[in-house]
Amino acid sequence: MIEGAPGHDAHVAQMSLTLEAVGVRYGRTEVLRNFDGHLAAGEWLGLIGPNGAGKSSLLRAIVGLVAYSGSIRVGDEDLATLGRHRRAGLVAYVPQDPVVPSDMTGFDYALLGRSPFIGYFGSESRTDRRLVADTLERLGLASFADRPMGTLSGGERQRLVIARALVTEAPVLVLDEPTSALDIGHQQQALELVASLRAEHGLTVIAAMHDLTLAGMYSDRLMLLHEGVAVASGSVAEVLRPETLAEFYGVRVTVHHDPDGTVVVIPRRHDLGADLRVGDPGS
Amino acid sequence: MGDRVDRGVLAIGGRRVWWYAGGTVLVLVAVLAGTMIGPAGPVWWRVPLAFAERMPFSPIDSGVSSAEWNIIWQIRMPRVLLAGVVGAMLSVAGASYQGVFRNPLVDPYLLGAAAGAGLGATIVFTVGRSATANWPVDPAPTVAFIMALAAVALTYLVGAAFGVARSGVTLVLAGVAMVSLTTAVQTFLLQRNSEVVREVYSWILGRLSTATWGDLRMVAPYVALSTVVLFAHRRHLDLLRVGDDEAATLGAPVARIRLIVVVAATLGTAAVVAVSGLIGFVGLVVPHIVRLIAGAGYRLLLPMSLAVGAGFLILADIPGRVLSSPAETPIGVVTAFLGAPFFIVLLRTRSVDR
Repeated sequence: MIEGAPGHDAHVAQMSLTLEAVGVRYGRTEVLRNFDGHLAAGEWLGLIGPNGAGKSSLLRAIVGLVAYSGSIRVGDEDLATLGRHRRAGLVAYVPQDPVVPSDMTGFDYALLGRSPFIGYFGSESRTDRRLVADTLERLGLASFADRPMGTLSGGERQRLVIARALVTEAPVLVLDEPTSALDIGHQQQALELVASLRAEHGLTVIAAMHDLTLAGMYSDRLMLLHEGVAVASGSVAEVLRPETLAEFYGVRVTVHHDPDGTVVVIPRRHDLGADLRVGDPGS
Repeated sequence: MGDRVDRGVLAIGGRRVWWYAGGTVLVLVAVLAGTMIGPAGPVWWRVPLAFAERMPFSPIDSGVSSAEWNIIWQIRMPRVLLAGVVGAMLSVAGASYQGVFRNPLVDPYLLGAAAGAGLGATIVFTVGRSATANWPVDPAPTVAFIMALAAVALTYLVGAAFGVARSGVTLVLAGVAMVSLTTAVQTFLLQRNSEVVREVYSWILGRLSTATWGDLRMVAPYVALSTVVLFAHRRHLDLLRVGDDEAATLGAPVARIRLIVVVAATLGTAAVVAVSGLIGFVGLVVPHIVRLIAGAGYRLLLPMSLAVGAGFLILADIPGRVLSSPAETPIGVVTAFLGAPFFIVLLRTRSVDR
């Protein structure tokens, strides 16, 4: 926190997320079957799986964008029984490719996160504005407050999207491939921001991620989805195994365990061995 | 700046006051210019004096005869005010339509309001003359108003049948189909009754020239209701700028907001189209002018569109009455003539945002 600044920034209650027998279908196609999961308050669950595995559908069910069967609860509250505003105050969403109005200032953009707390004909109070200003300052995003979003880089924008999610003060943060449009430096910045917010506020995070190494670095646990079914679940080391990844992604990888516990997934070329043989006259 | 947020953001609407003042001045200047200039009537500089003379306890003698005052008050003033109301309504409705459809190229006639009104007027002029002879109200605007609302309602029903709740695109496509259908019926009727083609076209092309205080009284309640409802949804229109999905996750009832805004904007548009005909480009171009000078946030965009739209149409109506005097250039022609080139420049710069 910045010295002298009064503590008006986002305050989040800690809550768990429970999913029971969650299913999603689009017409006749069942894209998610019988998904069970429980995230303790403050836990980070990483969702991995090939394209079309049902990760996004699960996340869209949690934020209320698609109809689902089964039940999704935050704390003791069943999301299906809640009004839009209450639900929006419990679950915040960071999409993969957010729609960003290019001439809206960073401040006004983050201020949209206060919408769940404003009556139909109301407008943002001074308290809402102060909360957003203080939050931007604490996240080191103050210099973007009066800049149009269109002038910011992809990574800067994504950090403002995360700030918008934080000012909803929702205890559960839903990230749908939040960094797949960013370069590696901005990926790290954005994920570090989420990680520090989680450490500070005890946010419960469920994130679909493309990059397996990054997913492993930031998640407490991983779940691997394949064709709408959770096929592997457990610690990072348990899920990120070459046989598992080969079976469900159809890839050849080497999994390297760093001494500090980081699991690194390295893709291998299928014909690498053949190349080596050709290039090596001794064999 | 730097690591602090400028505390000016805490003030709610503080910076908007100057914009409102500027908009008010623009409208007043336009009204004054609109009442001063015309083919008949007193010398232009006597007009402000004539207004001053009629203030309570005024010592001024403007030298304006009562016949000349009648020209100012019974002919020019209703025309100027109607131009203002029509311009304001089309601009506010256009900005709102652009917001709920998140498409900068949308105008308030998109869903068939103008086409429906045109068909309504055509029906009255062709087959409905005898049927409406005994009506207590002027049949053309009344039928035009009803047909405008009917056309948009039909568009909405067709669009809704294919899932309007999730996307505005189906609605826009349904509107395109509705406009084509309506225009086809209108053309067919005109082919069969070619003697009224001239009458129908001068009705459709914009008729501020025949404006009366009665016209103003007729549209005022609809325009007022429409404007109040649209202004009440300014924050929602800003929220919709991040797309349906994200707005929904922030607690916005997206489909309901879209329906309310479309109904309100259509009501006002239908009312002004019924009395003034089809005045093109205002509802498209004015919101974009305002976006370029004042930004695209709806808090400011709607009130400024109201002011700039009113000022623009009042001023655009002036050349029409003097250039080809004593004949009148239809206002719809003037706005399209000014609007089309602007539109092309706009497409080139592309500095506008949804």
